[in-house]
Amino acid sequence: MSADIKLLEQKAREIRETLGETVYKAKIGHVGSALSTVEILTALYFHTMNVSPSEPKLPERDKFILSKGHACSALYSALAVRGFFDKKYLIDNYVKNGSPLTGHINSFGVPGVEFSTGSLGHGLPIGIGLAYAAKLDGRKNRSFVLLSDGECNEGSNWEAFLSAPHYKLGNLVAIIDHNKIQSYGRVEEVMPLNPFAKKLEAFNWEVKGVDGHSIKELTEALDSFSYYGSQPHCIIAHTVKGKGVPTIENTVASHYWPLKDEEYRALMESCRK
Amino acid sequence: MRNAFIKKLEELAEQDKNLMLLTGDLGYMVLDDFKRKFPRQFLNAGVSEANTMGMAAGLAKDGKKVFVYSIIPFLTMRPYEQIRNDICYHNLNVTLVGVGAGYSYGNQGTTHHAVEDIGIMRIQPNMKVICPGDPVEAEKATEELYRLGGPGYLRLGKAGEKRLHQGNLDFRVGKAITLREGSDLTLIATGNMLETALDVAGRLQKEKLSSQVISMHTIKPLDLTTIYDAARNTGRLYTLEEHSKIGGLGSAVAEALTEYEGRAKLKIFGTQDKFFHISGTQQHLRELNGISAEQISESIKKDMAYSK
Repeated sequence: MSADIKLLEQKAREIRETLGETVYKAKIGHVGSALSTVEILTALYFHTMNVSPSEPKLPERDKFILSKGHACSALYSALAVRGFFDKKYLIDNYVKNGSPLTGHINSFGVPGVEFSTGSLGHGLPIGIGLAYAAKLDGRKNRSFVLLSDGECNEGSNWEAFLSAPHYKLGNLVAIIDHNKIQSYGRVEEVMPLNPFAKKLEAFNWEVKGVDGHSIKELTEALDSFSYYGSQPHCIIAHTVKGKGVPTIENTVASHYWPLKDEEYRALMESCRK
Repeated sequence: MRNAFIKKLEELAEQDKNLMLLTGDLGYMVLDDFKRKFPRQFLNAGVSEANTMGMAAGLAKDGKKVFVYSIIPFLTMRPYEQIRNDICYHNLNVTLVGVGAGYSYGNQGTTHHAVEDIGIMRIQPNMKVICPGDPVEAEKATEELYRLGGPGYLRLGKAGEKRLHQGNLDFRVGKAITLREGSDLTLIATGNMLETALDVAGRLQKEKLSSQVISMHTIKPLDLTTIYDAARNTGRLYTLEEHSKIGGLGSAVAEALTEYEGRAKLKIFGTQDKFFHISGTQQHLRELNGISAEQISESIKKDMAYSK
């Protein structure tokens, strides 16, 4: 079924707005890393994935692993907008003492989150374990793992890239949030990945490159995959770190700094258009 | 010990189709039968410990009861973060089965030796740590870890260890086993030093010293009751492990004694805080560290004579 693009774009704006409120109130960083994931999460949670906010542990659900755990404010926001918990609960409790809404994604006490991460390179092997179990048991659950590009420096990911095609995990999708900036420099300066798509194809993945902020391209790519075949899929989503706040877009700084007042205002304005 | 473990695992795999065994490309001539009998429950995940451990976590999250097998340093150190963040933090049903405790791999060299593993495993919350003293304990421990669930670490020797117990052993995780009563001193041994402890007790008997011998197979949760009883009973505790003096059984007992109201003396026999850059059999390396049966006996003899 093809996507209702206008509706999904509206959802993306709502997620970005919730994200902005959340991180601004908490005065916490990793904002740029979270902003680049919004359309990806929208496509997954509002179009592709079988999930149930009223039944977070639905046995036949699809599972999403945020391997770039520092983008948690985006996932928490997507889950809130999707209905797993209140937006107000998120905005009021993000990184508050005693709250399960920790500064890297936490699954304990947060409905809809499958696994806690925060150290890079863990998510894809976990996604592979989930997909492997489902395939072994003949279940339809699919696994979706979102990685950052900097995270692809980690050797564990390449172990994972080697193994998934061997295990014929057609029910697995890895999405790379390729915003071209890692935490202390541009990807091309620190540890270049190119030719990235060619590398992954050489590892026997099906690879699609998309504009990571185009709901149309994301949903078309996700719709095109054969989920019950034997080849795992990778979407290289070309994104902009800090997307939604023009003054912080494409900067290393956006990895770190909380939103300034004027940045928050600019973000809210763009979301409410 | 390896064979006792895998035989028990085969029994469990027969009854529970959700039991899975992952190996890091090791197990030639050890895991062959399991692989043949339970192909869907077996996976050689290759020389990729990080991916293997992450997969184990994913499988366990999805309802499998996972055993991961490898040589101890590769099993416990390479994917240590995965063990901590994915398995222990999420309290998942994953049992790590390590072979080659201490110097079991002898002349293969330091990369294959395991003298830090008890320390690094017991410091993780939720991780049970068991070092069976003989094949009977190994078999029982396998079953108990499966039954209890959650993260676990089973530290095996290699092959050919002597059976020190009868088959109908009452084995419980966290409950030490007294193999021999004694009144002058207590030998608390773990893993492949249990046999040595019995040897030492025999030698000391000739010197008119009566040794209690305890198998402290479970380092975590530690059997505090048995330790305090021994402290009350003999007041002279000697721990034996093929592991660094830092962080292992001896350290755990020392920590326990800080809470002991009475008086007791503790001496730790373990490996030195140094790397050996030479080749040696298990016996040779034990001797270099002063933990052969003969060396331990001599040391205790002097110790006990000095204090009298």
